[in-house]
Parts: sequence; structure tokens; C-alpha cells
Amino acid sequence: MYRYDQYDQNLVDTRVEEFRDQVERRLSGALTEDQFKPLRLMNGLYLQLHAYMLRVAIPYGTLDGRQMHMLATIARKYDRGYGHFTTRQNLQYNWIKLDDAPDILADLATVEMHAIQTSGNCIRNISSDQFAGAAADEVTDPRPWAELLRQWSSFHPEFTYLPRKFKFAVIASDEDRAAMRLHDIGIQIVERDGSFGARIFAGGGMGRTPVIGKEIKDFVPVTNLLSYLEACIRVYNRHGRRDNMYKARIKILINALGVEEYVRQVEAEYAALDKQDIDPPLAEFERIAAYFAPPAFEADAPDTVDRSDPDFALWLDQNVGQHKQPGYAMATISLKPVGGIPGDASADQMDLMADLAERYSFDELRVTHAQNIVLPHVKKADLYALWQALNQAGLAEANLDLISDIIACPGLDYCSLANARSIPIAQKIAERFADAGRQRDLGELKLKISGCINACGHHHAGHIGILGVDRKGTENYQLLLGGSGAEDVSLAKITGPGFDEAGIVDAVETVTNVYLGAREQGERFVDTYRRVGMEPFKEALYG
Amino acid sequence: MADFLYFRDDEPHDEPAVTLDAFLGQSNAGAVRVESGEDVRDLLPHLDRLRLIEVSFPAYRDGRGYSTARILREAGYTGELRAEGDVLVDQIPLMRRCGFDSFAPAADIDRAALDRALTRYDNVYQSAADDRTPVWRLRHG
Repeated sequence: MYRYDQYDQNLVDTRVEEFRDQVERRLSGALTEDQFKPLRLMNGLYLQLHAYMLRVAIPYGTLDGRQMHMLATIARKYDRGYGHFTTRQNLQYNWIKLDDAPDILADLATVEMHAIQTSGNCIRNISSDQFAGAAADEVTDPRPWAELLRQWSSFHPEFTYLPRKFKFAVIASDEDRAAMRLHDIGIQIVERDGSFGARIFAGGGMGRTPVIGKEIKDFVPVTNLLSYLEACIRVYNRHGRRDNMYKARIKILINALGVEEYVRQVEAEYAALDKQDIDPPLAEFERIAAYFAPPAFEADAPDTVDRSDPDFALWLDQNVGQHKQPGYAMATISLKPVGGIPGDASADQMDLMADLAERYSFDELRVTHAQNIVLPHVKKADLYALWQALNQAGLAEANLDLISDIIACPGLDYCSLANARSIPIAQKIAERFADAGRQRDLGELKLKISGCINACGHHHAGHIGILGVDRKGTENYQLLLGGSGAEDVSLAKITGPGFDEAGIVDAVETVTNVYLGAREQGERFVDTYRRVGMEPFKEALYG
Repeated sequence: MADFLYFRDDEPHDEPAVTLDAFLGQSNAGAVRVESGEDVRDLLPHLDRLRLIEVSFPAYRDGRGYSTARILREAGYTGELRAEGDVLVDQIPLMRRCGFDSFAPAADIDRAALDRALTRYDNVYQSAADDRTPVWRLRHG
């Protein structure tokens, strides 16, 4: 994985010093809260319901054992002993004191980490495929492209006060594990005539107005990519709406202009920018890419696994995926134990995952947008020992992509924007479907819960989505069906009137029963929904 | 008047700036003011007779002026480029990178904090409208 050189380290260290200066000016009263707010947000520091929340960047979801240990150390030292992995592959601490924040950033900088641009109306952490560099179906590793974007977007002088936040995702396979089409700009690395380039989609997003990103360019070589993206964002910075924060994302601009007109403006801008010496030479991309060379796999590692322990076999079938290297596998550690908080990990669990990565996965971990952790390069011969260690720590839940593998935002338990609680709903649904055999029978079922219309819990992209709203002072939950954030991207549709807290759990059970009755051989929940339509589900819910 | 900050070797241009409409209408003025929603590209045919372009920042969150500045510098404008309005200490280093070389902030600037901000970063990741060398060039000579 990427390692900082003297320049990267200097920039991150300088940022710590800058933020310390800004915090001191705030505490002395030299800065008003209104003036301080965009500065602290640019360092991932939010004022929440009970305390400050600090969001730490995990670029493209990749980290090593040393970094994960530091996240654990910070959780113990400055928080309440845990952290929360997010849908953008970051980590949030929910109980932070303002005057500790500069020290936390200094601790992070010692392990090449930061919280730069994890919030604010700027280019956010670049997300990617959690199986990058390991998946059998990728054309190349997308992370060198993501790292190129990370450096270019950090402290970008022109794009730090955009109309609204701006999110990138980069993938390099046809299977989309990063919800690429639901980002402001989504990039798929493709191969053409023996070289790689970026296929670019723009204007996707969730939030109040969910939109699927549209293709705006079929192929941009790496040596033109940054100038092309500057053109894309400059058009947005100049013409995106600033009068209404709910209409300020690039998707609204592209819908208003029409994609053809947006592309015309981008191309005109690019024609000028292309001459501005914005793009680094190919040698810089190659320098970055060299850090992502495959680890030293054993050429003849055995490709078979002893399945004699039935509990292990269940985990193997559910949570372990095909690696490009024979004899190796990708193992997902579920952070979704029944009754737990989706995406939460204790400091002890973080330390254990770091140790296991060091021992079994070439010192690499990944964070997934579904709020789980991946050990990307595990020798098949080590899988049983890995599972035993996870099982002992309560981290061997065999529920990847099943109904209890729920994405949920922090909701009204933490978030100042939320209208309703998300976590207790996730817990109640997981408890209702706690029987592992029943979950496996239901098969792949992506359930996603947001506590307000900002959609941080990705409810628009859920096979089953739940949206918490406030109805005359009580929490009410709307049910949506048929969304997907994967390569079969689609937006979920609302079933009808919402439900109360108990009612929404029953409603989820009702729609799964409709599916079980109607499914044909091999169909997932979302396939059956697409075939039979909304009516049978509505009939069962409201009929 | 509050602080005025100037980063050029020549003398500040003190001619009052006319509006973009007035300038395009007939004016032979050498100074023009661009509001944040206006299209600065309309000025590009006339850059050689302008000595001051003032770009307004009605609110610090309104970042359109950063693009305005870069477009002017990319088009070859070398005259004074002034940021006026809700301009805050921590934004001035970014504005300098986008090509602004004078500042008329609506409120006084903490000079000590500004001096720290302007000299803080030894390195930059991007090439922009200033003459700083991006780290990718330092890496590859």
C-alpha cells in the first residue's frame, strides 16, 4: 500500500499545526463559531448532539495494522473505547473534546493518517472497491488512481468552497462494490488497446434527490485525468446552485442543464485547462502504482480448505471470496453481530483485527462501504485459524450480504440532523431474523436504514430501504423496495404510508414472506421484486 | 476602511472599479468589478486594457471567485486581481494560489495569523495560478 514520502508527511504535519493554530484562535475568541465552522469541518470535526464527532479519513478504505492499532489507541485515549466505521470507508469517533482534536490529528500523522476534507463543501475522501488488488474480476488495481486523486484533491486551492460536498468513487471491475454510480463523480478504470483509462460518470448521489450518475466520458488516460476532472468541477463550482443547500449538489446542476450541455461546458473548459500543466507525468502515476504491487504470495499455496467444522464452513461460504491468486482468499469480518451497532468496533476488536492482518493478510485491512472490515490476502490454509480467532472475539458473524448485514446511519442517537433513530431499528430487525438458517434461506438481501432524508444510510440503494422521518413529533418509518448500489444500480421506491417502530419490523418480515412465496429458482429478493413489481408487496402490507 | 493587503511590486491601482455591465457597455475604464454570479469570460477579450479586476466575495462560503481568478490568470491577465468582501485569514493562502494579489477584506485581518498562514506550507500538491512547484514535479525533477 501507499507510503508517505517526505512531501506527503510534511503536508500532513503542517495541517496538524495549522489546525492547532485555528483551534487556539477559536478558543481565544479570535474566530467566531461561524468563521471556525468551515475550518473545523475541513478537518472532519462536527458538533453533534452530545459532543464533537471526529471523522478520520481512510483513503480508499485501505489501512495497515499499525494504523488500525492507532485508531484503537485513539479510541481509548480520547473517546469511550470504540469507533464507528462509515459508509464512506472512514472512521468516526463520537465523543471528542475540541481541545483534544489537534493532539488526535498529531497522533494520526505519526501513522500517515489524517482527517483532511472528511467534511465540508470540498472534495471528500476518495472511496474504492474494498477488494481492490485482490478481486479476481478487476482489470487493474484502482487504488493508484484513487491515491493520485487523493493528493490532487488535498488542499485544492480552487475547490475548497464548492456549492456542496463532492464525493468520488473509483472501481476497476464490472461488478460494482463501491456504489460508484451513486457518487458525484464515479470512475471505472477500463482497458482499451492495452492501456488503462477512466470511464467517467457524473451527477450520481443519494440524499433528498437520489440520482444515478450518467456517463460523461468513455476514456480519459491517466495523464489527462486531473485536468479533465478540474474542468468537471470548475463548471460545477461556477454554476452549481448556492441559494439552497438541498439543491446544491452537482446532480441538480446536471439535471437542470441536461447532460449534453454539461458535457459541452466541461469540454470547453478542458480545452483551456489541458494547456495549463496540471497533470503530473506518467512517472508520477507509476511511482504511486509501485506501492500497490501485489504482496509476496506463495506460488504453490494449497487451494483447498478443510471444511469439517460446520460452523467454520458456514462462515467460509458466506464471508470468504475468490482471490485472484490461487491458494488465497478475501475474508470479510462482519461488524454486524445481532443486537450490535452496525459498523461499531471496540478498541480491543480493532487491535485484534490489526494483529490478525499482520499475521494472516500481509498487514493489510480494508473498510467496506457496507461498514465491515476485510482481510484481503489470507492464505486458504490459514482461514481456519483466522476464523477461530475471530470467533473467540465475537467477530465471526457469518452474515455478509444477508438481511442482518445492515447499513445504518448513526441516526437520532448521535446525529444532529436526524429525525429518527436508525440503530435500534437495525437491532430489532437483526433480532427478528436472528436465526442464521432463516437468513441464509432469504439469501442476498441488502437492507439499509437512514434516520433522515439526507440518506447517509443509503436507503435509496437498499433491496429493502428504510427511511426514518418525523411525523408530528413521533418517529415514523417509510419502507422502500428495489434499490441497488451495485452494477445493477437502481433507486428504491416507497411502498406507501410509513410504520411505527414495531410496525416497520413487521413490515420487513411481511415483504420477505412475499418474496419467499413468489421467488423462482435462483432469484434474490431484488430479482423477484423486479419481476413481480410492487403490487404483491403492497397488497400484503396494506391490503 | 478596513485592512488592504497588497502583494504586487507596482503601486495599487486606485481607479474606482465599474460594474461588468458598465464596462462591457461602453467604458474605457481600466478597473472593473465582477460579482460572484457574473461570467468573467465576458472580460477575456479586453484583458490587455484592464489594470484592476475586483472579484467580490459576498460570503466566505461562496467559492465562485476562486474559479474566476484562475480563469483570468489562465487567460493571461497580469494586472491586479483583488478579492473584496467576506475574505478571511485562512482563505487568503488559497486565494493567493488562485492568482489574487490584493485583498480588501470587509473586516480587519489578524496580521500575525495571516503571516503564519502564508508561510506555513512548504509544499503544495497542485500546480495552480501561482509560481509554486507541486510536489509531483519535485519528485521527478
